[in-house]
Amino acid sequence: MTATVERGGDTTPEAPKTADERILHSSPLRKLLTRPELGSVVGALAVFVFFAFAADGFLRASSLSTVLYASSAIGIMAVPVALLMIGGEFDLSAGVLVTSSALVSSMFSYQMTANTWVGVGVSLLVTLAIGAFNGFMLTRTKLPSFIITLGTFLMLTGMNLGFTKLIGGTVSTKTIADMEGFPSARAVFASTLTVGGVDVKVTILWWLGLVALASWILLRTRTGNWIFAVGGNEDAARAVGVPVAKTKIGLYMGVAFGAWISGQHLLFSFDAVQSGEGVGNELIYIIAAVIGGCLITGGYGSAVGSAVGALLFGMTSKGIVFAEWNPDWFKFFLGAMLLLATLLNAWVRKRAEATK
Amino acid sequence: MTLVELTDVSKHYGTVRALEGVSLEVHAGEITCVLGDNGAGKSTLIKMIAGLHRHDGGTLRIEGEETTLSSPREALDRGIATVYQDLAVVPLMPVWRNFFLGSEPRKGVGPFKRLDTDLMRRTTREALLRMGIDLRDVDQPIGTLSGGERQCVAIARAVHFGAKVLVLDEPTAALGVKQSGVVLKYVAAARDEGLGVVLITHNPHHAYLVGDRFVLLRRGTMVGHYTRDEITLDELTQQMAGGSDLDALRHELQRG
Repeated sequence: MTATVERGGDTTPEAPKTADERILHSSPLRKLLTRPELGSVVGALAVFVFFAFAADGFLRASSLSTVLYASSAIGIMAVPVALLMIGGEFDLSAGVLVTSSALVSSMFSYQMTANTWVGVGVSLLVTLAIGAFNGFMLTRTKLPSFIITLGTFLMLTGMNLGFTKLIGGTVSTKTIADMEGFPSARAVFASTLTVGGVDVKVTILWWLGLVALASWILLRTRTGNWIFAVGGNEDAARAVGVPVAKTKIGLYMGVAFGAWISGQHLLFSFDAVQSGEGVGNELIYIIAAVIGGCLITGGYGSAVGSAVGALLFGMTSKGIVFAEWNPDWFKFFLGAMLLLATLLNAWVRKRAEATK
Repeated sequence: MTLVELTDVSKHYGTVRALEGVSLEVHAGEITCVLGDNGAGKSTLIKMIAGLHRHDGGTLRIEGEETTLSSPREALDRGIATVYQDLAVVPLMPVWRNFFLGSEPRKGVGPFKRLDTDLMRRTTREALLRMGIDLRDVDQPIGTLSGGERQCVAIARAVHFGAKVLVLDEPTAALGVKQSGVVLKYVAAARDEGLGVVLITHNPHHAYLVGDRFVLLRRGTMVGHYTRDEITLDELTQQMAGGSDLDALRHELQRG
């Protein structure tokens, strides 16, 4: 019982105090414990310390830059996927959607002999439309998102291969490196900046920007409140007037936006795109979000957590290489981290709620 | 002032007669109790007042004006707030976010338009305090509150957002004796704020503690309509139970 009742109907209980003496002593610690990303931060520190000792050169600035680049490649998608999971849904099509986005961009520019920026723009529209389709199907049919996006996943996988072969005759697109607008588009999506003698990939900036934007949306806007609500209790949200369908469609379009950035990066780093890529990545995004503290049932999680989850992924995948181990073990570590982080998150949350 | 008045209303689902000839008045600053056993038609009645179902016969007047409600939104807009048994809260969200869910106040302009979190926290605290609920921390997830406390927050929310009529669906049904007492105090607090309250219950003991008017339902028809000075608790219990469950009820009454 935390509500103390003096006299029912009495509208003037004791004067409101500026701070409640009952919460003063435990507040900072409890605040920390209630953060969804706590488990992943602890895990990330442990993995960092581990590879700092186990792998020669892990602490070198260039190695850390490589780690951050690997993390950002996952992180850019993990952010919108985390938001979607907080909103209570999955997107299994997220991995191949990245490839689709790159393919549309590349093939449109090549076939129409247009400025690459036109292709980039068309790709954005097509990708967002696919995201909206996912959301629309979900909210209209009321089928589980697992089924809807599994369908989209399969269709996109087929279309990526089918259209690429149909249009170009091979499984990869032609290079567009000599086309108009390529250098500037490359600068935006796939350039390397030099900061203090260290090469920093531009995707890291995209990643940090997305994390900041998503955190702002989640914690400080009405939309964020709605995202938590539709994931936590959809019926309750609807009952108090939250536009549930719009919120969910918006979340799927957010994933599509992330896929567009990732896809353009893919295209402009390699000039050409392999149409079979991306399968399986959707699970890695989900893993990053879950390691970062997103509840698989929705209603709980954070954007920062997904970033830490992506960082864990980047550190492990590159750390294994720096330690000169067989990279076959990577998947094993990923699985173990997923289990440990999820257990730790569940435990932390239970503790946090029990201390109230 | 009569806020809501039902006169001889009925509701049929196909060939099933769910409700027949029910009359009820809700006055500002008064509590109207609707009593009845399971299947008596309490839920049907609540759904008509909340705008979920239209009534088939009789008249519904809101503030003297004859009307039909076609949606819960319309009922809300006319000041009728319904707090259902399975409460509309999101358990993992903090109390203050739940309190304002769907009606969030914002500040700032353009892309920097943001939630006024300070105002939200402060208002939640004050609105709850005004109802006599002193919550330790409005930042705790609402799921950590007890059922009774959650009910109280829902009531305070309805009061804060300017409801004139508060419809409560069995607010004490799932609660223990002590918790029920707490909830009834907040119901009384809402009444003292000038709201008209419709309290649906199958517990005459709880009803008589706070009620000003009593409507008794049995098998879809109204079997009695009393003001407080027309009936005693014993008579109310007798009317409601029809004698058969009396021993069990007597036992319950002795505890309270």
